[in-house]
Parts: sequence; C-alpha cells; structure tokens
Amino acid sequence: MYNYWLAVFLMMAGFYVVIAQGNLVKKIIGLGMFQTSVFILYVSMGKVEGGSAPIVTEGVEVYSNPVPHVLMLTAIVVGVATTAVGLSLAVRINEAYGSVEEDDIQELDDELDKIQESGL
Amino acid sequence: MSFSDHFPVLVVLIPLLAAPLASLFTKGRAAWALALAATWASFLISCLLLKQVLTTGTVRYYMGGWKPPWGIEYRVDVLGGFVLLIVTAIAALVLTFGRRSIKSDLPEGRRSIFYAAFLLCFTGLAGMTITGDAFNVFVFLEISSLSSYALISMGRDRRALNAAFQYLIMGSIGATFILIGIGFLYMMTGTLNMDDLAQRLPAVSDTNTIRAGFAFLTVGFGLKLALFPLHLWLPNAYAYAPSAVSAFLAATATKVAIYSLLRFLLGIFGFGFALGAMPFDMILIGLGLAAILSASLVAVFQKNVKRMLAYSSVAQVGYIALGIGLASQTGLSAAVLHLFNHAMMKGALFMALGAIAFRIGSSRIENLAGLGKRMPFTMAAIAIAGLSLIGIPGTAGFVSKWFLVLGTLEQGLWPLAALILFGSFLALIYVGRILEAAYFGTPKDGIEAREAPIGMLIPIWILVIANIYFGLHTDFSYGLAERAVADLLPAARATVDAAEVMP
Repeated sequence: MYNYWLAVFLMMAGFYVVIAQGNLVKKIIGLGMFQTSVFILYVSMGKVEGGSAPIVTEGVEVYSNPVPHVLMLTAIVVGVATTAVGLSLAVRINEAYGSVEEDDIQELDDELDKIQESGL
Repeated sequence: MSFSDHFPVLVVLIPLLAAPLASLFTKGRAAWALALAATWASFLISCLLLKQVLTTGTVRYYMGGWKPPWGIEYRVDVLGGFVLLIVTAIAALVLTFGRRSIKSDLPEGRRSIFYAAFLLCFTGLAGMTITGDAFNVFVFLEISSLSSYALISMGRDRRALNAAFQYLIMGSIGATFILIGIGFLYMMTGTLNMDDLAQRLPAVSDTNTIRAGFAFLTVGFGLKLALFPLHLWLPNAYAYAPSAVSAFLAATATKVAIYSLLRFLLGIFGFGFALGAMPFDMILIGLGLAAILSASLVAVFQKNVKRMLAYSSVAQVGYIALGIGLASQTGLSAAVLHLFNHAMMKGALFMALGAIAFRIGSSRIENLAGLGKRMPFTMAAIAIAGLSLIGIPGTAGFVSKWFLVLGTLEQGLWPLAALILFGSFLALIYVGRILEAAYFGTPKDGIEAREAPIGMLIPIWILVIANIYFGLHTDFSYGLAERAVADLLPAARATVDAAEVMP
C-alpha cells in the first residue's frame, strides 16, 4: 500500500512546485514529478499479490498484469516529449526576454502593452 | 476487405504519415501542398464515413485485426462522424486559406516544420474523435496538445512563447488528470475499451475509486475544453498564435475536448451516473452561466480583436456546457449543434481576422477603423459571422441558441433563458464595437489596406455561406445532432436500468 502514498506525495509535491515556483525551468521539473507519480500509480495497480515480473519463465504460475506497464511506456514517452517541448520553450523565452522568471516576463509584457497603447 | 473498410484508420493515418514527409521539404510551398492534399483527402474520407454511418449504423474498425477488448478499436458513430466532419472540414479550409497568411507570419526556414506540426495536431484531433479506446484518447490528446504548443509558440509576437508555455503547463496537468482518471477506471474494471467499460462500470460505480476517477476525468477535460474557471490559458494562446493556428484551434481543439467529455460522460459512465448520481449537471449549468456572463463581459473591454474573440470562445463553451448540464434530449442536441455552429462562425471570424492581419499587420480594434470600405468582402464576412455569433435569426447561431432556450423552458428554468439572452446582448455589444470601428470609424493615417487576396476570401466565404445556409436549413445539422444524442441516450438509459436491477 505504501507505494500509493508515495504516488500521492510525489503528485502533490510536483503539483505544488508547478504552482508555487515562478521559475519556468523549476515548473518543468515539478511537472515531471507530477507525471512520474502517475507512472508509480499505474505500475502499483498492475501488481498481483505474489506475482512475478510478467516475463514467461518456467516454474512461475502467477504474473503481474503487464498492461499497465505497457501503458506507462507510452506515458513515459509522452512525459519526455512534454519536458522537451517545455524546456525548448523556456530556452526561446530566455532568448526573447532575457529571463526565465515569470515576474520579469510579466513586467516586460506590461511595459510593451503600455508602449502599444500610447504609440498607436 | 474492400478499400472502404479501412476508412476509419485512413483518416488518421494519412495526416500522420504526411507530417514527417512535410517536414523534409525545404520549400514551404511544397510542404503546404502536401498538407493541403492530406487534409482534403481526410475530409473526403470523413464525408464518406459519415454517409456510411448514416446508412449502415456505427462503423467499427479493429486495429491490426485484434478483437476488442484486447485490441484497439476505432469506432465511428453519428456523433463521432459529425465531429470528425467538422474537424476535417475546418482543417482543409484553414490550410487552403493559410498559405499566404503563414508566409507573412513565419520565415521560410520554419514553414515546413509548421505544416508538419499542423498535420500532427490534426492527426491527434481526428484520432480523439474516432477512437473507441480510453487510453488511446489520452495518446491522441497528447499528440494534438504537444503539436499545438509548438504551433502557438510560432506566433510573431514574443508573448506567443509565454502563452504557449502557460498552455503547456495547464494542458499537461489536464492530460495527466485524464490519465489518472483512466487509471482508476482500469483499476476497477480491468478494461480500456469504451463499450466494455460502459458494460462493466455499473457493477462497481458505487465506489469511491470510480467517483475519484470521474472527478479527475471531468477536471482534466475541463482544462482542455477551457471550461470556466479553467480557461485562463486560452485567451493568450489564441491571441498570439499565428492567424491560421488561431482559426484552426478555436474551431476544433475545444470542440474535440467537449466531444471526448461527452463520450466519457454518456458513453462510459452513463447518463444516470454522470448527470444523475453525481451533481455534475448542476455544476455544468453553474459554470456554463459563469463562463457566458464573465467571459462576454471581459470580451467587451478588449482592445485586441483576436483576444476579444478568444474570450468569446470561452463564453460559447459556456453555452455548450449549459446545454449538456440541462441533461435533456433538447439540451444535449442544442449543445452538439452549437459545437458545429460555433466551429463555423469562429473559423470564419478568425480567418477573416487573419486576412486583416495579413493586410494591415495588426488586429487591434483602432486599426480596423474604416476597413469596411477598403476591405469590403472581408469585413462583410466578419459582419455576417458576427451576427451569427450574436444569434440573429437567419444565421446558424440563432438556431442553436433557440434550441438551448427551448431546452431551458422545457424544464421551466426561465431565469436561465433570460440569462442566455443577456449573454447574446453582451455579444451584440462586442461584435458591435468591431463593426462600428470598421464601418463608421475614420481610417487612420499610415495604414494601407487593400482587399484580401481571393485565395483567402474563398475559404472564409465558404464558412460564411455555411453559417447562413445552416441558419435557414436546419434539417441536416439539427437532425444529425438529434440523432447523435438519441444514439447516446438510450444506451445510457439501458445502463441506468441495468444499475437499478442490480441489488
């Protein structure tokens, strides 16, 4: 059972980082934790009491359910892709604004808005 | 097996294979031609599919010949075929419109990548509509989301980057919630096939695991469909994305998310559980109303027309949510119909705005002054689509709001009907601001404007004429919507009855 608690803890910790941190890279890290917790959740639910890894071996009768493992392979790929897209966006934001802090970006955008209001 | 048996998979496969090919071209124009051919092919196939569904009933396709519940099943019913038709039609029209708009928005080196991402996004949306497998929905959702983050970030303004990042964070949280929800369903039933899930769920639906799964799924889809108050990513994403992307996403992305939500609510959980046992109908009505009023009000004060229309999209999603929340045949049909109509009007509006941005390089309302004379066809398109957005009789927007109001009156909820009309009044104000600037404003100095090129006008006017046509002839659109809902409801009723029989 403790792995469910672990999943919940990781999920909440990751979620908190996503919301509370203003740094875009740290947000991506939080998002990664959040997604990883789901992998643990799925793999835990696939566990069958006393079952071994789902690889056909002689002398083993009970196997864990392999479907959640396979699903998580896909989800891991998705997670990696999300992280890659997120980080590359952070790089582009850093090039455009010279910062990856949310507050700085907001400030720069507000200035731009004011210039547009008065200029046009 | 004849060729037509493979239609369901071809709709998804053609754009999926065309995407990497498009990215190989160095010339943007070649990539565009390939993307155009792929989307029009998908559109034709989806027309044939819908015809097939209407004559012979639900089309099923077993991926790789594996029978469900083991294999992945593609399943096209009336609702799925209808939404698929919307998605493919809008994609084909937007790409027809998009070449010159993209050319002015992006440098040559990025254009082929853009078309590849566009095709991937389209693949994901089409896949979400026709898959019959719960986990497959998540996979296609992520395919479309990841590529749409990339598409949005390609906007001219650097704020597009930030908007894309915000959307990435919100969208990923939403998708992960959906994944958790699907996990809970799998935990209790041991199956991922939607039909199979629907059969096995009633037996275990009275557990906290299923209730938690339901909550995760609805919040996750709520984020993706921009249901108030989870809509915060949408206005910036639509405002700063390249024009063609705004038009495509506004007309399809939220619609497909709504469709998936409907699929889970009615197709899997069943009418009795989703809108009866859970108080989700009341929540949807409340949030829908809040979306209509608050987003319309915010839209009135926007200076950037693209942002104004983005807020208006949030409000329109509110109408659809309200229709679903009514939980009646009329309400649900109105919701499905509004999904179709909103795709047409927002597609036309965002494309016309793209044509304006192409000519004057701005979509701020003060720069639109006097465009009524200089770009008469484009502005006339905005005027007609805007009237449809308000819901003036004779346009498509009127029909869906009419049925929505009928749905509320059926249940004696006349204050709701009054608030829906008040929402239309707010739409009148913000559309009026655009038209006032365009037709009565004096042109600003230094802004050169000519009529948009004919290649842009044709797709815009196809949608505008569709707006009028479906405003006058409701048999096709409302008839289909009604049939689609009727298909979902008896199945839902059957599961309710089964649940009641169970001790």
